[in-house]
Amino acid sequence: MSAAASLQPGVPGIVEQVATARRRSRVRWRLQFALTWAVLLGLLGFALWASGNINLDFIASAGPYIVQGAWLTLLICISSIALAVVLALIGALGRLSSNPVLNGIASLYVSLVRGTPLLVQIFFVYLALPQLGLTLPVVLGGIVALGFNYGAYMTEIFRAGIQAVPRGQAEAAEALGMPQRLVFRRVVLPQAFRIVIPAIGNDFIAMIKDSSLVYVLGVQELLWRASTLGRRELASLEGLLIAAAVYWGMTIVFSFFQERLERRMARGDR
Amino acid sequence: MTDAALPAHVGDVIVRATGIEKYFDDNHVLRGIDLEVRQREAVMIVGRSGSGKTTLLRCLNFLEEPTVGSVWIDGVEVAADPLHARDRRHQEQIRQIRLRAGMLFQEFNLFPHMSVLDNCIEAPLRVRGEARQRAIERATYYLEVVGLVEKRDEFPARLSGGQKQRVAIARALCMEPKVLLFDEPTSALDPELIGEVLRVMEDLAHSGTTMIVVTHEMHFAREAADRVVFMEDGVIAEQGPPEQILEAPRDERTKRFLRRFLLT
Repeated sequence: MSAAASLQPGVPGIVEQVATARRRSRVRWRLQFALTWAVLLGLLGFALWASGNINLDFIASAGPYIVQGAWLTLLICISSIALAVVLALIGALGRLSSNPVLNGIASLYVSLVRGTPLLVQIFFVYLALPQLGLTLPVVLGGIVALGFNYGAYMTEIFRAGIQAVPRGQAEAAEALGMPQRLVFRRVVLPQAFRIVIPAIGNDFIAMIKDSSLVYVLGVQELLWRASTLGRRELASLEGLLIAAAVYWGMTIVFSFFQERLERRMARGDR
Repeated sequence: MTDAALPAHVGDVIVRATGIEKYFDDNHVLRGIDLEVRQREAVMIVGRSGSGKTTLLRCLNFLEEPTVGSVWIDGVEVAADPLHARDRRHQEQIRQIRLRAGMLFQEFNLFPHMSVLDNCIEAPLRVRGEARQRAIERATYYLEVVGLVEKRDEFPARLSGGQKQRVAIARALCMEPKVLLFDEPTSALDPELIGEVLRVMEDLAHSGTTMIVVTHEMHFAREAADRVVFMEDGVIAEQGPPEQILEAPRDERTKRFLRRFLLT
């Protein structure tokens, strides 16, 4: 820094001044940003309160019960994403397979699931499967429906991730005499995983919200608790506000981890 | 070439490619190549880009399946079988060839998710089923040979290009191949990093490592080669000792090719 300053004999301390100014403007920007949020949210809260229609007693009494539905939401999301990852890995292998039957199965899975609404798929598990003689417990049914749905989207992500590993990596492993299976497991797959981890994180955050759809099965997760109690006590507004706040909070928390993870990955290979 | 022209240090034939032809669709890239390489011999393949030299090298370990021809390395012979290239038996034969031929790439292709040491012991552990201790000892030895033993716990991203290529050489040597195939090993390097890689290669050549090198480094070929093979249009146009090929070429095409290098 002193060397840089000495190169600027006409303006002593200019380097430090520029750095200070830049730091100040950054702090100011953040303050104004945070203030904007606080004001907007404050106005929203005030408007709701001022309308006189908010039942604070309901929030106090039913709130904890509704909020605790978040645990089931989380459990469903974690289980579904795990199922989706497994399906996606198998699906991606199928989509990349030179075997027309395997490739056909995987492509049909992706096409069917992506071509129909998630809600239809959830109803299918809940209403149509029992007609075929298969009745799943509701929580499991929700997990299966969400996992199958996300697995199809993730299949394409995994396929792209595997294809994004440079061809030279597999060639180097093959040249060392590694058999195909080992090449894939030890060289290609670990690198593909690193490529798709941010996308899996994105899907997880999206799933936190999509998991609300399983309330139609009667799974007592966040939205089910909010809407059922709200309707019974004529406090749907309050119930839904609580649920929305919890969903929002969860996505903020996971987005924070997701961003940190992505930044760490962006820094490259250790 | 006749036996009289062989340098004294070379041994028996260890690599023999016979009648190699390669088409990419209807592009006839290799038009009948016969090549024999002897133990401890350093063969440098030169020629303009598009002459087929890299394709030839990749055909030797079947990273490209030749359309016609066969490759014999140290007792294992594999005939080109483009119609059944993916068949398990053919793939297993190819693997036996690859276990005898280490390969170095222009882009190094170190495994970025493994440390330098893990890069070196991965194949010995999982392909040759070697004991871990033994694999580590050998990796340490070869990392010393390339002068990078102190980097054994680093990840490839932290190495310079020259260091990466030297690690790749150590990784290949850890499989104790009969021959090393170099595919333009310095072409992706900054000029100031080329020397360290060429030095390692020259040491290997002088200590009796059998190698086949595709290169544009004429000076290096002159210093380290036992034999220079000049390729043009998918055939071997001329081959012989470096002094002969690089200084007194007889083939008109070789002369034209070398004129470019002499001018610079």
